[in-house]
Amino acid sequence: MKKFINKTDDFIIDSLKGFANAHNNLVTLNLNPIFVTRKEINPNKVLLVSGGGSGHEPLHTGYIGKGMLDVACPGHVFTSPTPDQMIAAVEKCQPKLGVLFIVKNYSGDVMNFEMASEMIDFDHQTVLTNDDAAVINSSYTTGRRGVAGTLIVEKVVGSHAEAGGDLSSCKELGDKVNHHCSSIGVALSSCIIPAAGKPTFDIGIDEIEFGVGIHGEPGRKRDKIRMAHHIVEDMLSAILKDFDEKSLDLKDPRGILLLVNGFSGTPLSELYLIYQAVSEKLEEKQIYISRSLVGNYTTALDMAGASITMCLLDDEIKKHWDSSVLTSNLRWGY
Amino acid sequence: MTNGFIIKCIDSVVQTILNSEEEIEFLDRAIGDGDHYINIKRGSIAVQSIKSELTTLPPDQAFKKIGMTLMTSVGGASGPLFASFFLALAKETSGETNLQQFSKGFTSGVESIMDRGKSKLGDKTMLDVLIPVSEKLQSLADEGCEKHQLIKEIDSVAIAGVVATKDMMPSKGRSAGLAERAIGHIDPGAKTCQLIISTVCKELK
Repeated sequence: MKKFINKTDDFIIDSLKGFANAHNNLVTLNLNPIFVTRKEINPNKVLLVSGGGSGHEPLHTGYIGKGMLDVACPGHVFTSPTPDQMIAAVEKCQPKLGVLFIVKNYSGDVMNFEMASEMIDFDHQTVLTNDDAAVINSSYTTGRRGVAGTLIVEKVVGSHAEAGGDLSSCKELGDKVNHHCSSIGVALSSCIIPAAGKPTFDIGIDEIEFGVGIHGEPGRKRDKIRMAHHIVEDMLSAILKDFDEKSLDLKDPRGILLLVNGFSGTPLSELYLIYQAVSEKLEEKQIYISRSLVGNYTTALDMAGASITMCLLDDEIKKHWDSSVLTSNLRWGY
Repeated sequence: MTNGFIIKCIDSVVQTILNSEEEIEFLDRAIGDGDHYINIKRGSIAVQSIKSELTTLPPDQAFKKIGMTLMTSVGGASGPLFASFFLALAKETSGETNLQQFSKGFTSGVESIMDRGKSKLGDKTMLDVLIPVSEKLQSLADEGCEKHQLIKEIDSVAIAGVVATKDMMPSKGRSAGLAERAIGHIDPGAKTCQLIISTVCKELK
């Protein structure tokens, strides 16, 4: 393994210090326990708190700021944060209008956030994101995983909370956006967790993992690598089937938001190539791409690969997606 | 049960965990996401580091302290589960914990894992070791049995539990994403629990 590391145990803290330092106009890092807040905490709005294992940067710390999150609680790499982090963060912020936890649907995250919410004295609600269409929802799963669609939830609800939305309407909107999102990912290589020092999974030089999760955890099947537009076709059919099952009509004239997300080991040139393949296929299907985002927004350490997320827009979602946002990794309108 | 014994167990459990790095990582790499060993190691070392505090506490308070330490150090799925176990165990035990009380506490600990993780027997999780062990412990404590018999039976129930996970289809935990592909692999969380229980059994000898 070759990585920029001082001491493996200090990996996250060293990185977070750099993040907070680089963006000291936007965020403040708290140590013991670890959490990141906006530099200027506003107690007069619904407090948006997210968090999860580290290794998905810029999720979630990179989305702290006006129009998006108030707090992020990072855990160790690919390991959910512990309840004391969320409790301390909420207590520091003293929100007058309650707390909305935005949690990706993984058993660890769910349980740690659940323990935290049982232990705080503030009104709270939780939006669980589960946009990953790869894992089939059945009695044999804990449900679907939350992946790149999470940042769309954070952006849209963030805008609503900034505009004065109350706790129950934030929760409702968050659930709606999550329902309107569907994602699928493909990995070309494994990631390496610093503390483990070796690849999380073995994958042949000519193989891809179809439906991979953002921790390099397996998805639907192991495939042979093929031409990009063939892979994209399979990814799209998984997403379209998911929208079908949700009874959401993608041909709505208000269109969709298309997010082509890199897992961080794949260059932007390839992500744009994927975007092109997707947009050609969607044009054939008369699905209108109204908004786009391409880049590394929800990553899996150094894994090569990408995910496609589609979010069906309505007027409310579109308005909140377009509103101004000022975070380290998503900013427009300012 | 004395804190002397609890502390002896903590030291040997840490040693067992460290010695089992390769085995646990191998299992977790096959059907997990590769962080189980690191988390368990971090948690057990965190508990070891509060040993001096634990020596001054009665068993029930020691269990509570262990639970809180696991809750704030482990994270992931195992953190809240192990923490819930020890917090529930602490509630059922007292300053002078006997086998009856301990087995009742153990059962209540296992129940709190079931509640927190919303899992049951046969889901290919740590519960496939813990539920049979708690049932065996309860019945042995009720019958009243010799120590060597208790050790032998608990150890073999724990081992049978972990072996049984091999052919199960997962429904909880990260390996759920794998479904059929996980069949044939032992669950790493169940393995860790069996290792801990077997280590405590050895210490009892």
